[in-house]
Amino acid sequence: MYSDPVEGRIAENIMYFARLLRSAGLPVGPGKVLDAIKAVQLVGISSQEDLYWALFSQFVNRNEQRELFDQAFHIFWRNPQIMERMMGAILPTVRIEQDDLQEMSRRLSEAMSTGDEHSRPQQDSDQVEFDASFTFSDSEVLQEKDFEEMSSEEIARAKKAIEKLRLPIMNVATRRFQRSETKKQVDMRATLRAALRSPDSIPLKYKKPKLRHPPIVMLCDISGSMSQYSRMFLHFMHAITNDRDRVHSFVFGTRLTNISRHLKHRDVDLALDKSSAAVEDWSGGTRIGSCLKQFNNFWSRRVLAQGAVCLLITDGLDREEADGLEKEMERLSKSTRRLIWLNPLLRYEGFEPKAKGIKTMLPYVDDFKSVHNLKSLVELSEVLSQPAQDFLYPLSA
Amino acid sequence: MSSALPANIDETLSLLNDSDYIADRSLATTLFLSLKMGKPLFLEGEAGVGKTEIAKVLSSALGRRLVRLQCYEGLDVASAVYEWNYSRQMIEIRLSEASGSVDKENLSDNVFSKDFLIERPLLQALRSDETGPPVLLIDELDRTDEPFEAFLLEVLSDFQITIPEIGTVKAEEPPIVIITSNRTREIHDALKRRCLYHWVDYPSAERELEIVSTKLPGVDKELSAQLVAFVQKLRDEDLFKLPGVAETLDWADALTQLDKVALDSEAIDNTLGTLLKYQDDIAKIRGSEAAQILEQVKAELAEAS
Repeated sequence: MYSDPVEGRIAENIMYFARLLRSAGLPVGPGKVLDAIKAVQLVGISSQEDLYWALFSQFVNRNEQRELFDQAFHIFWRNPQIMERMMGAILPTVRIEQDDLQEMSRRLSEAMSTGDEHSRPQQDSDQVEFDASFTFSDSEVLQEKDFEEMSSEEIARAKKAIEKLRLPIMNVATRRFQRSETKKQVDMRATLRAALRSPDSIPLKYKKPKLRHPPIVMLCDISGSMSQYSRMFLHFMHAITNDRDRVHSFVFGTRLTNISRHLKHRDVDLALDKSSAAVEDWSGGTRIGSCLKQFNNFWSRRVLAQGAVCLLITDGLDREEADGLEKEMERLSKSTRRLIWLNPLLRYEGFEPKAKGIKTMLPYVDDFKSVHNLKSLVELSEVLSQPAQDFLYPLSA
Repeated sequence: MSSALPANIDETLSLLNDSDYIADRSLATTLFLSLKMGKPLFLEGEAGVGKTEIAKVLSSALGRRLVRLQCYEGLDVASAVYEWNYSRQMIEIRLSEASGSVDKENLSDNVFSKDFLIERPLLQALRSDETGPPVLLIDELDRTDEPFEAFLLEVLSDFQITIPEIGTVKAEEPPIVIITSNRTREIHDALKRRCLYHWVDYPSAERELEIVSTKLPGVDKELSAQLVAFVQKLRDEDLFKLPGVAETLDWADALTQLDKVALDSEAIDNTLGTLLKYQDDIAKIRGSEAAQILEQVKAELAEAS
């Protein structure tokens, strides 16, 4: 098809580039590759900018993919030697210089380093030493495995699974109405309109309250004792933020930080980078009481309106010996529709709430759930989808 | 009686002052610009700092009709814009059937005409009187939900409302729009963008004293100086809900009703409920804390005089 050998090489490189994008998570099908080759033929390869936008137009179809594409493009096409090297290989194994890694998105670097362990990014603090003897864990094992014990590869897979996690939408009735078939409430407006259309009767039309999911507010502990979990929870928070509207996320250790805006970036790496930059107290101590106080005083009235559900993610181990915690928990509990405590410590059988912080907080939560593996996160979605009657009397349980 | 719109900031300030509303210059500036540019004024601030009052004062000072839309969760078109008078429509249909002249086309035009329309605040606000377009107060917008906000966006940009059965109603002259919010949730940027924004803060001691003496001329001079100083100090405390100007006025009124001419610890403890609305806050201030603040206030006032 390509009589000109140079053109043939370009086509091949576009194909490799497409593979790179695909393994980095962009939905690039074979049809797109053919279109991209055609597009590049049309614009020519004389200028890099033309090439960029020609490929961009084919491979990117949502704004949040832009970041990833941009990085991939510059790494792939900057150095023609990379293409040379790829020619001989069946699969592209691209070696990346160390300084490139700093700025490269995690997903992209993982995509580029398939089968090349040495170029894995070093900054991954929560990654456990890669276990060479470990061959393959099927998804069942992954589901049950504690986040704390996961290898880096498993963490990566767990993150992918979290990304797909969707909270079933728990609905509450609003004061708006929608058309209904159940004959409870007559919709006068629709009825009268129908009356004028029908020749000799007035057909009754009905309405029922519209349902809507309540806002979700997440408060996540990122102190030292939670450090094995906090990155996973950030992924979880990101997944929820991008799944529905009206989600507010806060992280706390010794102080409270609102990261809702940062998590709204669709690209998970970008979102987590921005959140990390905003937080100053990673893996430090915990002052649950004073952080909750900050939340109650400055944020609760702004984000807990309209019947919000609050997810409190913490192990309940408080440096301040639960000083002032009870009062703040009571206030938090009273100002939310439902307060759900997610505690990774709960995974141990025979877990007893001995720590003072845990004992203080327990009476004020409506649900106390464990989150330490994927399965528990999935179960959490079931809790959230339970009907509204359960939490009319929050403190009785 | 209707007055012309103020021509500059000073006129705006004196317009408000003449109606017993003691405003900051910053507020007068924003209000003046809002009137001049024909843009809605978006007021945000803690409860009880006089946001709603501005609209009331403006309507009385300018002699315009005040149209108030109180927002709540689930506010819909039927209660905010218009509704058909169903019972009258039913009767009309029944009557025309009884008289035997059932002409579907005619009946439809007849039943869905202006006679059967109930106008709600937003629609009322599009109608001008002989005094000019009304003042439209959209109160506590944060209480309503996003869908209504989106609808409002449309109304506020064109000042027209489409009723499917009748057609489009357009304001000859856009109303003066004042929107207030207590910030129980963030209002969408798209709506804020169309408005002039102003954060209504707690007043300074001097201004608060002026407000008390204007609104409640009967309060003793010494008492009002003391209670304003006390409230100002209270706003520096770590409380869940700080007292607003409305609370100060309530308190001043309450103390006057009790024939007090000066603050004392007992009177404070007994009337703290007019000032603080959370039990935690009251428990924290009542007793020694209040006595301590009172000491400070008295010392400072003695020094000043």
